[in-house]
Amino acid sequence: MASYNLKINGKSVSVTVDEDTPLLWVLRDELNLVGTKFGCGIAQCGACTVHLDGTAVRSCSIPIASLEGANITTIEGLADEKLHPVQEAWKELDVPQCGYCQAGQIMTATSFLSQNPNPNNKDIRNAMNGNLCRCASYNRIEKAVALAAKKMS
Amino acid sequence: MKNQNKLTFSRRNFLRTSALASGGLLIGFNFLTSCEDAVAPPVDISKLNFKDFNAFIKIAENGYVTIFSPNPEIGQGVKTAMPMIIAEELDVPWDHVSVAQGALDTTNFTRQVAGGSQSIRFGWDALRQTGATAKQMLINAAAIKWNVDASTCSASQGIIKNTNGDTLGYGDVVNEAAHLEVPEDVTLKDTKDYKIIGKNAINVDAEKIITGKPLFGLDYKVEGMLYASVLRPPAFGQVLESYDATDAKSLPGVIDVITIGEKARNYLNKGDFNPSAHWSVRLSKTDKVVVIGKTTWDVIKGKKALKATWKNDSSTESTKTHDDELVKILDGKNLDIRREDGNIKKAFAEADKVIERTYESPFLPHNCMEPMNFFADVTDEKVHLVGPVQTPEAAANVVASLLNRNLEDVHVDMTRMGGGFGRRLYGDFVYEVAEIAAIIKQPIKLISTREDDMSLGVYRPAIKYRIAASIKDKKVTGYHLKEAAVNSNMYGLIPHFFPAGAIKNYKVESGNYQSNITTGAWRAPYTNFLAFAEQSFFDELAEACEKDPVQLRLDLLKNVTDGEDPNIEYSAKRMTDAIKLAVEKSNWGNTKEGVHQGFSAYYSHNTHVAEVVDITLKNGLPMVEKVTVAVDCGIVVNPTGAKNQIEGGVIDGIGHAMYGDFSFENGKPKDVNFNTYRLIRMKETPIVHTYFVENNLSPTGLGEPGLPPAGGALANAIKAATGQILTKQPFVNSLIKHDNGLKV
Repeated sequence: MASYNLKINGKSVSVTVDEDTPLLWVLRDELNLVGTKFGCGIAQCGACTVHLDGTAVRSCSIPIASLEGANITTIEGLADEKLHPVQEAWKELDVPQCGYCQAGQIMTATSFLSQNPNPNNKDIRNAMNGNLCRCASYNRIEKAVALAAKKMS
Repeated sequence: MKNQNKLTFSRRNFLRTSALASGGLLIGFNFLTSCEDAVAPPVDISKLNFKDFNAFIKIAENGYVTIFSPNPEIGQGVKTAMPMIIAEELDVPWDHVSVAQGALDTTNFTRQVAGGSQSIRFGWDALRQTGATAKQMLINAAAIKWNVDASTCSASQGIIKNTNGDTLGYGDVVNEAAHLEVPEDVTLKDTKDYKIIGKNAINVDAEKIITGKPLFGLDYKVEGMLYASVLRPPAFGQVLESYDATDAKSLPGVIDVITIGEKARNYLNKGDFNPSAHWSVRLSKTDKVVVIGKTTWDVIKGKKALKATWKNDSSTESTKTHDDELVKILDGKNLDIRREDGNIKKAFAEADKVIERTYESPFLPHNCMEPMNFFADVTDEKVHLVGPVQTPEAAANVVASLLNRNLEDVHVDMTRMGGGFGRRLYGDFVYEVAEIAAIIKQPIKLISTREDDMSLGVYRPAIKYRIAASIKDKKVTGYHLKEAAVNSNMYGLIPHFFPAGAIKNYKVESGNYQSNITTGAWRAPYTNFLAFAEQSFFDELAEACEKDPVQLRLDLLKNVTDGEDPNIEYSAKRMTDAIKLAVEKSNWGNTKEGVHQGFSAYYSHNTHVAEVVDITLKNGLPMVEKVTVAVDCGIVVNPTGAKNQIEGGVIDGIGHAMYGDFSFENGKPKDVNFNTYRLIRMKETPIVHTYFVENNLSPTGLGEPGLPPAGGALANAIKAATGQILTKQPFVNSLIKHDNGLKV
């Protein structure tokens, strides 16, 4: 066990955990930020997606030891006073079915749109391909990313 | 349709009202007893208490309405759609309504029943009556206040009016209404007056979902909760021989390593076990090793550090075993006749032509995105269980018996579920965590990894269908369907689904092979593959009859008179209407160059669906571009939610037909995570366009019926494009590149 200092959703936190503990379990079990989900544990499904310095990463596969001083944003930190435009688009288009994968989808989409604010459909499909949705809400995710881009422009 | 507007049976049987101490009206009703025709309502209302109700409408003094929905939400949208039906008849603006999940609240909510594709269908009448009765009570209370006859009053949008021009809000009369008799006769709205039903309502949990609020079983926590990870035999047919926990126990976060299994064995030896526990019989022979730890990561690591040896207790089967056994069944004569009309032998003997095909499907795991998990706290006073399960009642019963406790001591609270697809009908993880908690005597959560989930599933069984048909004078004269399935066969009225009734000489037979691999319901059980087999076969029949594939189906439907055969649930008229709508919306037969279409139509779960798949070829391989879907599900309660179900079901059907590949080698599944097991991803998904047949018939379910036709429509499109006839799922293993004949 060792102590690690990180910035999560703008706040400095310190956690004492085993060095190999993935960020996902630090968030969920230590910090009670359960919006980030566990799906596969091997970075294949995207349910655990968070931002590391603004870039979408798979929190299930990043050990805490590599994150000393890192700046992490989770789904809980995405909205400030009001919803992020991506969240707004998600709500407007009634995207979620079971809803379990959607936090990860939203985190991937927000990171993608910050790098590519005017995507075409092919760009969106490529960017979102790493996030599984077992309810197959893919059509609406695709539309919501496009709508969010419009909202943000 | 019966009693569309006037319902006269006693609402006392399922409603009870009460004043709230804080002011306001509480109306209790029971989804279970009010939704099921077969259940006799309790006669003596005075003996009922609110514990017998599992759903409530609370109307506050400000007129705002809270509907406590007991139905667990697995993603099918009932938590939004069912309250919409109540609010429509109660006649309040939808934005004055909030919906709360009954679970995790108080002891009032302990006997919920899970939804499924039948929630809306069974709930339709009862939910409307509940809303209409509440509205009438408020009108009656206002009439007393005004000293006028209630028949001169009306209510709309939360406001009651009389003929003198007086108005009162619902909130103004709730305290009076709470003391009135429950009215016996209420009038239901005419469908043309609907203000909420038929309009889009966003999922009531949408905001919580998109902001990451704790909703799911995996998110549930209590102070001091421990975690458990269970090591089970790696192969079906194996049992634990011995284990060494030295390394696991040396990890700082591991608190203990225990074994479970004894209680499950004792329970099953009683012999009167709940049928929903059936599959766990197979797994109960073995002890399972459980790592108890402080955090999820501690128990994941702890389990990896365990050393266990396993021995074979029964056969360890491979996919080859199942293939051979199922073919043997199809070739043999020991099948059960499920439906027989006319004389197929004669029809086949007199035919101009006989066509026969065998269709094959693998086992499939459910792969809910939220892995199986459950919380238990077992104390001397009570057994508290919390988590995602579709059958809480059965879970409570089994756990009570398993732990030798009174049923009254067992409380099950349901959370939102990260997908179900049938998997959460089986409570294996609930029984396991109950056994663990009884030993540990601390609150504990069982966590499964993806590998646990995929390797010890309750899979869709592998199935093979062999269909033969006779053709004479370009007409289908005989049809013979044989089913060979692992463990169990098509159930209920499936043998009477289309084309039963449409072909004079008709026979359906089934047989099964008993395996120790656990199997169960998977989204649209049996029809998820049967529809593919039959709908692909119809395209071949159409070719043999020199007809357009759509026309063949329409012609066959003309042979069916609705209502003539009590076993035939589908309606030829409704199916015909759905087919015509799909044809119109898809431009069937008039696509641009390079686009190839496939058609399929299927009735299941009381809903009629027709689909047209458009594909193009890219590098000689099919790209699924678009699916046009026409659905007759009666009245569409919530169009946005309804379309969600269809879009998801269609893409799910295409995904599994295309990629779902699951096989066993010596009892072990070959793939246990998403690195090798392929699920459909966004780049492979078509755009789904959904259209509803407009009518005023009672609503039917949508969670499942979009899926079955999808695989057949895709196979038919591929056949139209390349001439390749696909008979085995997943298609990806047998697709032939069109341009050079190379296998992918």
